[in-house]
Amino acid sequence: MKMKREEQQTLSEEIKENSGINFNACLHCQSCANGCPFLEGMDFPPNAVFRLIQLGMDEEALNCSTIWICVGCNTCSSACPMAIDIPSVMDGLRQKALKTGIKIPEPDILSFHEEVLNTVKKYGRTHKLEIMMRYKLRRMDLLSDMGMGLKMLKKRKLDLMPSKIQDIKAIDKIFKDK
Amino acid sequence: MTKSSKINKAGHESGKLKFSFFPGCSLKASGHENTDSLLKFCDMVNIELTELDDWNCCGSSSAHSIDHEVAKLLPMRNISLAPKGIPLLIACPSCMIRMKSTYLKIKNDPILKKEYETLWEKPFDEDLEIIHFFEIFERINLEDYMDEPDKKLKKIKIAPYYGCMLSMPPDLRHEKNYYGIIEETLSKLGGDIISYGYSNMCCGTYLSAAKPELAENVVNKIVSQAMEAKAECIVTACSMCHLNLEIRCTVKDPIPVLHFSELLSMALGVEDHKKWFPRHIVDPVPLLKKRGLLSS
Ligand code: SF4
Ligand code: SF4
Repeated sequence: MKMKREEQQTLSEEIKENSGINFNACLHCQSCANGCPFLEGMDFPPNAVFRLIQLGMDEEALNCSTIWICVGCNTCSSACPMAIDIPSVMDGLRQKALKTGIKIPEPDILSFHEEVLNTVKKYGRTHKLEIMMRYKLRRMDLLSDMGMGLKMLKKRKLDLMPSKIQDIKAIDKIFKDK
Repeated sequence: MTKSSKINKAGHESGKLKFSFFPGCSLKASGHENTDSLLKFCDMVNIELTELDDWNCCGSSSAHSIDHEVAKLLPMRNISLAPKGIPLLIACPSCMIRMKSTYLKIKNDPILKKEYETLWEKPFDEDLEIIHFFEIFERINLEDYMDEPDKKLKKIKIAPYYGCMLSMPPDLRHEKNYYGIIEETLSKLGGDIISYGYSNMCCGTYLSAAKPELAENVVNKIVSQAMEAKAECIVTACSMCHLNLEIRCTVKDPIPVLHFSELLSMALGVEDHKKWFPRHIVDPVPLLKKRGLLSS
């Protein structure tokens, strides 16, 4: 769906304002796409996401899987001839997508992040076993990848008990309205 | 003894280097063999580490991905806990990036500095040094701690793996570059360094949990390239990379993945491998025996 001209300017400008990054310098040379290790999981290559915004296709840009698949490894930004901080633009778009309440195309990745933050909120540190269990429950999928979980337990790669901090009040302060 | 030219570096006191130490969740709660060998190593080279009191998670990729406010405040609290006058040592590349970039942001932004000081009720330490484990090798001379250093690793063929830690985010690009440290250090100790294509390809991080097939794809590329280049083992400097390279690898008869700290400790004669290697999915013991690095 095409959005109106003013709204297009808004998204592009908003990203620029929030992250200080001007992706309009992009040459569409594809260096970022060629180097991205996770391109095959994305519906648009990173530079095509910029193009979507330039074309005023805000909804497509906010709704694409690319912004969720991107792990921020910086392979692309190290290769970019225009020194564009590509993962920061992805970040900005992800936060915007969450704010607008648009349907998230990669709900599993979002659930995973939420479960990580849940344990941090609770213990001040992550607790891998709990993250994995709750994440799997949310997906109603306890069985896939079960062999892996058991292997990790057997090799004691998942501690059973969480490591907790003392001053949990400080963590409450950090997560205040959440 | 350490080189006299390094004696004035911060953290140095009566021949002993002192650092406060931020382990981070990956090392603290899952990569125990990494932490254990790292602590042993530091002890052997006369480095005193004091764990940062009551540290919290740096927020990792998850806070960064979905909650900028939390992603800013979690590292901030850790910075506020760091004792004055000694460097803060971080071993996890991902924690390092989060903490250092938050630190630099506060340092360069008076409004943020004000927020920091109000929230944690103490002045911001403008002189705090935040260093990665790799930076230890600028401050000590490893060869001083052993006889015949170049005979220690017996030409074992090593594929160094950095993951994405060499591709720094733009705000850290003018900071230290760690390229070549694994190669330089381990070749001095008699390791045979192999070069191959994917030593800095990202390991997949959390996609290993949420999109296993994507992580599997990159991990298999990394491991098979290393094997094609005739490496006998891969050496990582990140606990999370280590985990992914082990659990997401589906190539046939993969080579073992060792922590940098394990090889360093072994070169110094630490004999705790019985605590470390049972935690590896691909058992490195047969290889290490074959190479004469382990006898029992
Ligand atoms: S590498 Fe940079 S300039 Fe080239 S297409 Fe990607 S973002 Fe654009
Ligand atoms: S930062 Fe994101 S877009 Fe860039 S290479 Fe890594 S995963 Fe791909």
